[in-house]
Amino acid sequence: MATIAEKILTGKAGEIVEREVDYVMVNDVTGVPAFEVFEELGRAMKQEKVVVVQDHYVPNKDVASAEQAKALRNYARRYGITNYYEIGKGGVCHQVMIEDGFAAPGRLIIGADSHTCSYGALGAFSTGVGSTEAAAAMATGRLWFKVPVTQKFIVDGELNRYVMGKDIILHIIGDIGVSGSLYKSQEFYGTVITNLGLSDRITISNMAIEAGAKAGIIPPDDKVFEFLNGRVRGTYKPVYADKDSDYEEVFEYDASTIVPTVAKPFTPDNTVPASELDVTIDQAYLGSCTNGRIEDLRVAAAILKGKKVNSDVRMIVTPASERIFKQAIEEGLIMIFLEADAFVCGATCGACLGGYLGVLASGERCVSTTNRNFVGRMGHKDSEVYLANPAVVAASAITGRITDPAEL
Amino acid sequence: MAAKTWKFGHNVDTDQIIPAEYLTTGDGKKLAAHAFAKVRPEFAEEVKEGDVIVAGDNFGCGSSREHAPRALIGAGISCVIARSFARIFFRNSINIGLPLIEADVYDRLKEGDEVEISFEAGVIRNHTRGEEYKFAPLPEFMQKLLDSGGLIPYIKKQK
Repeated sequence: MATIAEKILTGKAGEIVEREVDYVMVNDVTGVPAFEVFEELGRAMKQEKVVVVQDHYVPNKDVASAEQAKALRNYARRYGITNYYEIGKGGVCHQVMIEDGFAAPGRLIIGADSHTCSYGALGAFSTGVGSTEAAAAMATGRLWFKVPVTQKFIVDGELNRYVMGKDIILHIIGDIGVSGSLYKSQEFYGTVITNLGLSDRITISNMAIEAGAKAGIIPPDDKVFEFLNGRVRGTYKPVYADKDSDYEEVFEYDASTIVPTVAKPFTPDNTVPASELDVTIDQAYLGSCTNGRIEDLRVAAAILKGKKVNSDVRMIVTPASERIFKQAIEEGLIMIFLEADAFVCGATCGACLGGYLGVLASGERCVSTTNRNFVGRMGHKDSEVYLANPAVVAASAITGRITDPAEL
Repeated sequence: MAAKTWKFGHNVDTDQIIPAEYLTTGDGKKLAAHAFAKVRPEFAEEVKEGDVIVAGDNFGCGSSREHAPRALIGAGISCVIARSFARIFFRNSINIGLPLIEADVYDRLKEGDEVEISFEAGVIRNHTRGEEYKFAPLPEFMQKLLDSGGLIPYIKKQK
């Protein structure tokens, strides 16, 4: 009997299939090479399937990125891409794909960005591809896939205070390792997952790739359907696994054993409870497709309200989309951040991948709500990134060292 | 023709292969100038046409940037041998025509070994140590892609 991956890809695990995709997304880094390759093919553009989001190095960080963004803009115009997101209108591509109703249950979506797996939180099979594959899909609407085997993750019990989706996925990656799901699909179940809001679920699906997974899927429920009501494009059909699906492995976790968790440099599986660390920080970063949603900002603002960021720390807050930015202003969150002496800027991926707006110098350490802590990920090769949830980042910004918020 | 090996560890991520700050071009030759800039700064200068990369588990993990295999091709790398590959890197490489070998030979090959690879025979010959290692061929479909020169020539052939 079939898993969600097998049903959406309509094939048995191990088979290589060619399938029609619902959407193909590219950003300013991967988009230009994709359009160049597309032009080599000399075919008509499947405009309705293509989504173009300027997010990595915009607003332009330098002349080279300005040229790149300009080239992408020109390609989008030339091929009449109506799903085009300029700065000020969109934000971080995955948040845009979700907010603007592209991602929906049962859909097959590819994106030339590894965190495309985020839409698994809405019950889609979505996965990251390269620019050449994106180009092929722009031209043919189709792509080849190897149907993956599926691992089942069950998280039951009660969540501890300040434990978020981030801690659940870091805990799992810490357990199975950064290649623990290589070539595989993940499915998430259990009372904890059911009780989680969509934002935390997106964090979990977002980081499926950090264990090497092809997709990280959560069966869609009323929370997803309500979210999509009024925003989804077209119709969709939820897909669920059969009761006796053939899972390659089943992992069970008791939520009460999960605490605010930090992944130390230089891999996301290098996890440790935040409370066990004695690490001073230079920067605290709140943002990204992993944890830059309104729910994340609320958690951080609740901790920072009436407090000040430590004088030895720079705190940077980057809402993941323009929509979230507006909502955060309306809710008074941005004023809380500003009064706490945090720096707040518009949506961009910039800092997360060491681009700009938060690059680290040699020897500097950043506690960050992002998804990767590789060597030099946020800047100098001798800088360090510690991955954590928004509550840990906010608490750490106040104390100047990595802090479990329960300590405050 | 024998080639020299460059040995790396496990979980070599695409940020190591080509750091994000250089992602303002998709040109493999230009990217190659910054390949492994943060972890092995001598690589870009010293790598020779035809050289082979040897790595452990999960080579190419992280970002989907096709710039990573493009940079390796641009640097003249003729093949990557690893115990396992990250999924997107694997697809990207096959799709743009960079040969990969998934084989458990990490402990046999040392930095700087002279190797010769026969894809037809499925054999890596280590001239430095006088050893031979067999490897399984790619699945038929992927071999077909690679033989076509990658995904784009393959699609073109399909008319």
